[in-house]
Amino acid sequence: MFSAKDFSRKLQLLAMLFIGFYISWSGLYDEIATYWEDIVYLTQQHIFLVATSGLAAILIGVPVGIWLSRPAMERSAEAIMQVFNIGTTIPTLAVIALSMTILGIGFAPAFFGLFVASLLPIVRNTFTGLLAVPDHLLEAATGMGMTPLQILIHVELPNALYVILSGIRTALAINVGTAPLAFLIGGGGLGELIFTGIDLMETGMLLAGAIPTAMLAVTVDFLTGQGQFYFVSRGVNPLR
Amino acid sequence: MIQLEDLTKTFSTPNGPVVAADKVNMTVPTGEICVLLGPSGCGKTTALKMINRLIMPTSGRIYINGEDTTQLNKFELRRRIGYVIQQIGLFPNMTIEENICVVPKMLGWDAKKAKERAAELTDLVGLDPHQFLHRFPKELSGGQQQRIGVIRALAADPPVMLMDEPFGAIDPINREIIQNEFLKMQEVLKKTIIFVSHDIDEAVKMADKIAIFRGGKIEQYDSPSQVLAHPANPFVADFVGSDRTLKRLRLLTAVDVRDIDAPVASMQASVEEVLVSAKSHANRIVVLIDADRHPVAYVTADELSGATGVVSDFAHDLPTTVPVGADLRAVVSEMLSHDTMWITCVDERGHFAGVVTQPAVTAALGQKSSSVRDQATDARLANV
Amino acid sequence: MDILVFIQNNIWAIANMTMEHISVVGVAVGLAILTGVPLGIAITQNRVAADIVLYVASIVVTIPSIALFGLLIPVLSIINQGIGWLPAVIAILLYSQLPIIRNTYTAITNVDPALREAARGMGMTPFQRLLKVEIPIAIPVIMAGVRTAVVMNIGVAAIAAYIGAGGLGLLISRGISQTDPRQLIVGAVAVSLLAIVADWVLLKAQKFLTPAGLTR
Repeated sequence: MFSAKDFSRKLQLLAMLFIGFYISWSGLYDEIATYWEDIVYLTQQHIFLVATSGLAAILIGVPVGIWLSRPAMERSAEAIMQVFNIGTTIPTLAVIALSMTILGIGFAPAFFGLFVASLLPIVRNTFTGLLAVPDHLLEAATGMGMTPLQILIHVELPNALYVILSGIRTALAINVGTAPLAFLIGGGGLGELIFTGIDLMETGMLLAGAIPTAMLAVTVDFLTGQGQFYFVSRGVNPLR
Repeated sequence: MIQLEDLTKTFSTPNGPVVAADKVNMTVPTGEICVLLGPSGCGKTTALKMINRLIMPTSGRIYINGEDTTQLNKFELRRRIGYVIQQIGLFPNMTIEENICVVPKMLGWDAKKAKERAAELTDLVGLDPHQFLHRFPKELSGGQQQRIGVIRALAADPPVMLMDEPFGAIDPINREIIQNEFLKMQEVLKKTIIFVSHDIDEAVKMADKIAIFRGGKIEQYDSPSQVLAHPANPFVADFVGSDRTLKRLRLLTAVDVRDIDAPVASMQASVEEVLVSAKSHANRIVVLIDADRHPVAYVTADELSGATGVVSDFAHDLPTTVPVGADLRAVVSEMLSHDTMWITCVDERGHFAGVVTQPAVTAALGQKSSSVRDQATDARLANV
Repeated sequence: MDILVFIQNNIWAIANMTMEHISVVGVAVGLAILTGVPLGIAITQNRVAADIVLYVASIVVTIPSIALFGLLIPVLSIINQGIGWLPAVIAILLYSQLPIIRNTYTAITNVDPALREAARGMGMTPFQRLLKVEIPIAIPVIMAGVRTAVVMNIGVAAIAAYIGAGGLGLLISRGISQTDPRQLIVGAVAVSLLAIVADWVLLKAQKFLTPAGLTR
């Protein structure tokens, strides 16, 4: 049977093969290889930055989304979400730049900028996901004698999980995509090779940064996609 | 037993306070189904939801088996009451087994016992536990989901169940089936049930008692046959419908009105002999039976008078027979479709079991004594 | 105060950069509509093709913009266009494909089958059906996709300043390299405002283009 997924996988392999050919044909492979140590070091820095800021955004964003979705917040939540929606339209470079004006240069502003950029999709999806849980499920749960906390843990969060994880997936994609910019404000990471490569017109250096960055982004997206597939109950999982 | 005592709920709205339930008093005896009936906004759902405190009563008391529930923690109270809603509310993220085990788990049952209970209940509603317990709600049909909704409420074996239009979202054919299944289960389980409905036919079918609500007040609280036969006021009469007498037909069965002593004779009996018994009986017919007491034909007094010989020469085929357990609606329907004033009843083995006549049916519907109502109720329960 | 003075002194330069910014995004998204909408319509005919196209488009979007520029530079260097306007336009064109194709595809596939049936019953050809029924109904959803693409790519275009594409990103990049908070803040706020205004304008356009019968 012909499956689109198989085909896409083959297409990916083909694309990698093509990139590989292109690189070796242009003699760039050796050039890139000279940056191997930098690649390893900067990739670690990059991943650390993404992981810490992403984790912080999840740890803060999900509880905030939960809090906004509680009945007590009903009145102010919509207004707050409006502000958040405007917030998501702000370009990430602007977020990074503004973070620098507040916190100067180094790890802290980079971390903070990435944290802010990834926070909004998580809060928004947690909020909308929880609000989308049908009222009759909550009525059934309440009628069965569940406490509000039990309802949140056993009914609301599992039913909203797919949407919440979609938000986390979007957030991490933004985070990984913005992480190269961290270099501009002294946060390190693979952006160093890319931006320096562009400035110096050193194609090898440029690719030494761009290829791992792209691969990292695709990998993170793939992993969060897998998380969505496996962590969300089959009963409410559109992927299964 | 559930007792509501001066139960009142006042909602404050921008247009001033609205009384949704106004000093509701009622007692539902153990093992009975009480249907709260009325148009939308009449307070029936509010009354129901105050019992498991989904709505906090403004004043009044609720006793369950004599215990004042005001003293109980609301979560504990709810765990002891089965609750079924129209939208079913199965948790889509949980398997059927997990859904059924929610309350038992909260009550601290061990997992094995809860799972056994889930399998037992699934089996009880005619679903194969091996096949269904590990499915998710979305993999079940609407009717199957509703059955699971009911047994989930029964999981911890609560003495009391509240049902808020539980069969309202199901198509008419399946609703009939599920209602029958439910009544059959109730015969064994003997739960005390309060059931909200806006459908008079459903109420007549399910209820031991019907409470008709309007504007937060009970207009009438009585047995279905009594509500249909003697509406307390014009509102109730209007609500139960101008065809209420016909509706009562469903509450009575052939057993209630048949003439068990109607004369019978064998095919070989002499005309003179049969004529005597035919004339002695108001209906002026005699049913002829074979050696096994199966009704096979009939003769009329008019045709026999002045004749001689054996009755088989004057026999007519029986137009039709009805099972003795059939409700009067089916019996009358048979009579009308065969254009006859009387009909022969048979028992489960096909033996002659009496005759139902139209005058007997009319008399039964016109009867005022409460003894008929009780007989009717007993008969109905015995035959579901 | 410094900032206001800076704006006053550089008002024409800022206006110029804003126009540059708009033109890069406008040209690229305009081209993306010309390619994405037909592609989105075409793939409604074949489920497998749709899956593949959407999958590839979604992979493209996950690639960080600066990395995509990086990957484009060596290729475009072959025709001496490695740096500047062209890589920015191509990158934005690629990024815009996903929202536009996906929204077109879902809008058309979600058209009520009863409407399609009715149109067929009235004797419309498939092409007439597309033109008179499916596209008008799909337009608001397609516009929503365009809006997503524009907002997202105003951010991408800002980063494109680093590969010489100009625009408001230039203020930010200079602000960072010269540690000049005035340029930095003006650039960041201007580009944010541009995105917010574009989002708002396109939302109005989306409402305007919705057939009157479809609004509630």
